[in-house]
Amino acid sequence: MLMKCKENMEAENKEVMNMTKTNRMYLEIDSCSENESFARVAVAAFCTRLDPVLEEIEDIKTAVSEAVTNAVIHGYEGGEGIIFIETTISGNEVEIKIQDKGCGIENIDQAKEPLFTTRPEEERSGMGFSFMEIFMDSLEVISEKNKGTTVIMKKIIGSPM
Amino acid sequence: MIRKQEGISEFEINKDILVIHVNGELDHHNSAFIREQADDIIYRNNIHNIIFDFAGTAFMDSSGIGVIMGRYKLIKGVGGKIGIINAGNSIQKILLYSGLNKITMQYGDMDTAVETISNERGAEEC
Repeated sequence: MLMKCKENMEAENKEVMNMTKTNRMYLEIDSCSENESFARVAVAAFCTRLDPVLEEIEDIKTAVSEAVTNAVIHGYEGGEGIIFIETTISGNEVEIKIQDKGCGIENIDQAKEPLFTTRPEEERSGMGFSFMEIFMDSLEVISEKNKGTTVIMKKIIGSPM
Repeated sequence: MIRKQEGISEFEINKDILVIHVNGELDHHNSAFIREQADDIIYRNNIHNIIFDFAGTAFMDSSGIGVIMGRYKLIKGVGGKIGIINAGNSIQKILLYSGLNKITMQYGDMDTAVETISNERGAEEC
């Protein structure tokens, strides 16, 4: 009986430790459109250890796709560059940081407005940042002209929807 | 007439309707192929309406909105309609949040979509 109690406590402690332990994945990819699909699938695969439902995985894939596509099209303007993707899981929260060292955004508020796009001729819908905001719990955009842009998105997995 | 390329997307013409079976992933990388193929067919075949079939679509992001929106602009002038069939949950979400559900019509299946769009066109012409 006493043994069992101890075992249970140990199991519980382990669970508490797992909840607070962080787990990180870091990815560097060349900026090209072929890598967009790899990036979203890689981040989604890393997040599967949180046992997300299909909808949560789809949300993460869409948000990552939007951020990486922005880096390819706008950050590096279709040219060469490296995109840095860092995914951190702590407890049941996932934080995804997507960074480019491209041209940066002059007016972040304007860029975040739904339907605002600098590239209507390429049929960009201007919904990228809106989708990141909608599909994730939080979105932070840090940008400096000619230095680059960093997008930080967070999402709790298993939150009541 | 059906055009195929590496199982990506298929294009089919039914009267003045272009049916686009969006297969695989519709993102920034793949959107150019669908756009170019679709526009070429639209110009050559007097297409008035478009049906997007998402049955084989594994993924779509905001690039897909650009593709649908762009084709809508092309056929809007001739009173054309955009129909959508087989949109799964995540595509439904994207259609809703982008406002595309206001300018497109969703149908239960291909036959209903083709029939409804053809009849609407016939009624308008009378």
